[in-house]
Amino acid sequence: MTQLLLFNVTNGLIIGAFYVLMALGLSLILNLSNVINFAHGGFLVIGGYIAYTITPYIGFWGALLVAPPLTAVIGLVVERVLIRPLYGRDPLYSLLLTFGMAFIIEDGTRFIWGPQGKPVTIPAFLAQPLSNDLFFITGYRLFMVAVVMIAVALLFLLLRYTRLGIRIRAGTLDLETVAALGINVQMLRSLNFAVGIYLAGLSGVLAAGQLGLEPTMGTGLLMPSFIAIIVGGIGSLPGTLVGGLLIGVASGLTAVFLPAASEAVIYVMMAVVLLLRPRGLFGEEGMMS
Amino acid sequence: MSAEQTRKLIVLAAIWATLLLAPYWMIPLGGYTALATRVLVLGLAAMSVNFLLGFTGVLSFGHAAYFGLGAYGAGLTLKFLAPSTPLALVLGMLLGGLCGAILGTLIVRRRGVYFAMVTIAFGQVFYYIAFQWSSLTGGDDGLRGFSRQPIDLGLFKLDILSNANNFYYFVLFCFALVAGAMAFILRSPFGRTMIAIRENERRARFLGIPVERHIWIAFTLSCFFMGFAGALYALVNNFADPRGLHYSQSGDFVMMAVMGGMRSFWGPLLGAAVFVVLQDYLSSITVNWMSFVGLLFVLVVLFFPRGLLGFLQRSKA
Repeated sequence: MTQLLLFNVTNGLIIGAFYVLMALGLSLILNLSNVINFAHGGFLVIGGYIAYTITPYIGFWGALLVAPPLTAVIGLVVERVLIRPLYGRDPLYSLLLTFGMAFIIEDGTRFIWGPQGKPVTIPAFLAQPLSNDLFFITGYRLFMVAVVMIAVALLFLLLRYTRLGIRIRAGTLDLETVAALGINVQMLRSLNFAVGIYLAGLSGVLAAGQLGLEPTMGTGLLMPSFIAIIVGGIGSLPGTLVGGLLIGVASGLTAVFLPAASEAVIYVMMAVVLLLRPRGLFGEEGMMS
Repeated sequence: MSAEQTRKLIVLAAIWATLLLAPYWMIPLGGYTALATRVLVLGLAAMSVNFLLGFTGVLSFGHAAYFGLGAYGAGLTLKFLAPSTPLALVLGMLLGGLCGAILGTLIVRRRGVYFAMVTIAFGQVFYYIAFQWSSLTGGDDGLRGFSRQPIDLGLFKLDILSNANNFYYFVLFCFALVAGAMAFILRSPFGRTMIAIRENERRARFLGIPVERHIWIAFTLSCFFMGFAGALYALVNNFADPRGLHYSQSGDFVMMAVMGGMRSFWGPLLGAAVFVVLQDYLSSITVNWMSFVGLLFVLVVLFFPRGLLGFLQRSKA
């Protein structure tokens, strides 16, 4: 029983770490640009498939370094060409546009790489379980969690101490004032979008090593990421971090006792949070309305 | 009667004539009656979404949930409760509407993108319930094993099961009832208040209008309409599909409304007609129809944000 419990909690934490990476990127874009990026899962898939394509040439480590920035560049182009014309308009339009793009990306990856799942080879020493008792804790899973932790730490350092990060945080609170201070808001939005898509690409590479690749894998991760943001509190990145881990562990724990409800439980959590604390766990008053 | 009123009356007469004669002009053009029935039902759903989006100005991206609930409500009624088509429609509508009324209390306090996000997430709850509760709903395979029943009109029974034309006119009758109810509400003082909230929420609040309560009522009404459309859809297919509850279905409905023209009453019906016919055609000629539908979304957003009717009106002006 203890082992089963430990197994599912570990699983939940690892899934939660994925949610966190996805949700932080979504949250960055939502907070600054008011865009619900429905294509975020699509960018995750692109990142994974890029890694799959370049791994034979530069190995797994090379792919881990190269695939996320490449995804970010694609994101940058999409933002520049398709999303930028929509900033002044009702958020409905950017939502519909990214919704349509998610279709195109899913179908496009299926067209290019085929509908079957694709494996990504990970280094042999990472594929070993650490011990026989804890067979489920492979080196790769620990490695994934470590990468997520490093990425999150770097993101928070970026936002806290660099000029770009300070501008992003200021823009989240009051974009007009930031613009009035002579900062190029278009550039700020583009860079912020690229950072968000970089995180999606990174989760794509990590997910590819663990689960293999399928054109539909992004869609499944999108909804939990939304919920991580709502539970944690819209407008708060630490909230998104806590929200992602919380719903990951909650669905892991539910899988022990009531497997059928392991996906439904995160929606129940969202409803409870909205009922008792409408702004979310870490949300600031007024950010939700 | 002013020229404007005459023009409106002529347009209205033309719309109803087109709908009434659809089974006769569609077939020579290569269509089939069942396609017209689907357009009517999905058009009604898109009009219900637009009741909220176009006339109250709040975006629900999870309305497919109430559509799907209506479908399951009707299907379960026919399968387990009683073989009565009117009862199935009423219970389907009630299921969708009541769930919307309850969740609406949690949703209405948010605005803009956050309103959209919360509606999506709540909508997915029903998708998972339909997906997981296989013993009742049939799970992934959908709910099967029921069919629409003849309508007992006292003097004779109207066969809507095997006669496609009869069924089309039955659906058109239901459509007319709901569309009439919508138009009546939009003309009432309450409907005017909805438009005032859309135009300027802060000013509406200053005028002492309880904005939250009005949005909740509009949300609930549109969920009732949506549930009714969903119940009709279950009758169209003799089948209820869990994918009918999914947020991607909500996206289709919003797209129909935007493509036809959000600010007009009939726009969503036009959008639904174009969308359904296009999807039907694309999926018959290419396996990559998803890309084309996605491309349609992108193109409409970038080049026709006011929809077909908005585009026509502007180029005329």
